[in-house]
Amino acid sequence: MIKGRVHKFADNIDTDAIIPATLANLTDPDILGRHCMENIDPDFGKRIRSGDIIVAGSNFGCGSSREIAPWAIKGAGITCVIAKSFARIFFRNAINIALPVLECPAAVEGTADHDLLEIDLSRGEIHNLSQDTVFTAAPYPDFIAELVTAGGLVAYARERLKNIEKCKMQNCQ
Amino acid sequence: MTLAEKILAGHAGRKSVQPGEFITVKVDLVMSTDATGVISVQQFRNMGAEKVFDPAKVVLVMDHFVPSRNLESTETVKTLRDFADRQGILFYDVGRSGIVHVLLPEQGLVLPGDVVVGGDSHTCTYGALGALATGMGSTDIAFAMAFGETWMKVPASIKLVYRGQPARWVGGKDLILSTIAQIGVEGANYQVLEFTGEAIETLDMDDRFTMANMAIEAGAKAGLFTPDARTVAYVQGRAKRQYTIYQPDPDAAYARTVEFDVSSLEPQVALPHSPANAIPVSHAGTVEIDQAVIGSCTNGRLNDLRTAAKVLAGRQVHPRVRCIVVPGSQEVYLMALREGHIETFIKSGAVVSTPTCGPCPGGHMGVVGAGEKCLSTTNRNFVGRMGSPQAEIYLANPAVVAASAVYGRIVHPDEVIGK
Repeated sequence: MIKGRVHKFADNIDTDAIIPATLANLTDPDILGRHCMENIDPDFGKRIRSGDIIVAGSNFGCGSSREIAPWAIKGAGITCVIAKSFARIFFRNAINIALPVLECPAAVEGTADHDLLEIDLSRGEIHNLSQDTVFTAAPYPDFIAELVTAGGLVAYARERLKNIEKCKMQNCQ
Repeated sequence: MTLAEKILAGHAGRKSVQPGEFITVKVDLVMSTDATGVISVQQFRNMGAEKVFDPAKVVLVMDHFVPSRNLESTETVKTLRDFADRQGILFYDVGRSGIVHVLLPEQGLVLPGDVVVGGDSHTCTYGALGALATGMGSTDIAFAMAFGETWMKVPASIKLVYRGQPARWVGGKDLILSTIAQIGVEGANYQVLEFTGEAIETLDMDDRFTMANMAIEAGAKAGLFTPDARTVAYVQGRAKRQYTIYQPDPDAAYARTVEFDVSSLEPQVALPHSPANAIPVSHAGTVEIDQAVIGSCTNGRLNDLRTAAKVLAGRQVHPRVRCIVVPGSQEVYLMALREGHIETFIKSGAVVSTPTCGPCPGGHMGVVGAGEKCLSTTNRNFVGRMGSPQAEIYLANPAVVAASAVYGRIVHPDEVIGK
């Protein structure tokens, strides 16, 4: 269960807004997190508390393929991003690194800045505790649900490599 | 099936695929750069992988922050060179390199019909060759390096039909900017753009690369051209392996079709802070500029430099303007040198940089300051993209940028050269 305060953002928040491109040499999520959203909201890093939630409009994460964008959000302590829609590369990247992302236009419409949300990821349920409303996000397709359950793409790949290794030892096909 | 569906079916070992299906496809090339490669290397190790699936199909290109801009960039390149050495994969560094999306087609490493995944969102550039090429994050790239395959949701396609013939000074950049302005920055999210029509048939390869490059600015997974005689002429002599030419079926189903008449199209300029803010250059009003950039994976090819040189020949860059020309690769640089364009640029008061992404992502070689305005042939004018979040970035084609560099404000090339 995820519980946190909402930081609301507009439509088309691009990857250069989430983390400046020039920081692409950095890889430490904690350091990246300190620069999260600095181009459009310089105080964001100071304002958020670990466990907070980003709620945004459509096309969140458009632009670059740089994975430092979801890493920066994760590093900043954000536990979930809810948006009306996501840019496809950002969506993949978030799933791959196990940053929960939910597509739910109704929840975005029905949530204000600083609202307190409680999210049940397994059921896609978003409970707005401040306004006492409940929204349900579209479920993940089976394949993506499998990746999420595995804990992201790295864990999924580890499991697969282990199975290949096991197979070799047992001389199976 | 559409062109994208044909290519994906071919790489999934299937007779046909449907939009919305989740499939696993074999990849012909996996690419990364110094901007995103280090996380891929870390994730490759975290996965427990030891060897890449096929060293001949994995390439690392140093282009974003090279020649090294600072110690962090140097360390990045060292880490990637070390990985490349141990894996025996292709590695392109300063002196033999270029901007990855200019370099790989030149080297014949991406070919028609390929599925290519790259750790850079502008990987879609190779769609100009009829390759299904798409950008992914570092962890996806690590997975593809390890297994030689990736999962994809089969995208629906949007058919774009360009009728008529473009006027002088109108090129691929203007077609794609006006397209993005019409369909929006998420107009093709989770979809593929298929470029067709008589205006496309007569478009040279460099203009096609420009258009495919910016498919991502409409949110597209890829932007595809059906290979034709121009494509084959381009890859001849470059390709070192077999390739397959796929064509869309005449009865292919598209999510929608959008038609354009390009005959009346003016050169475009995208106002800050979105590529979708494109308007005809004559409507831009008086915009004085501090910097003009000609280059990048969008417009750093030989024809782009030829056009810019045609405008700048015998003229002077405005004294207030820093005009920065960045050839996209060593090959482009050398050809431009032989044709005399480099001399033209230097005599006009422009500076010529070695191939690099440089100023486009605000890395180095022309970082823009607060309150400054930059007109650029690059692909993104997001807040903070080229430096300060208080800077304004305008996007246009090489002729408009060169002409504006001379006048110190955004102008139609006709103003400089005369109709």
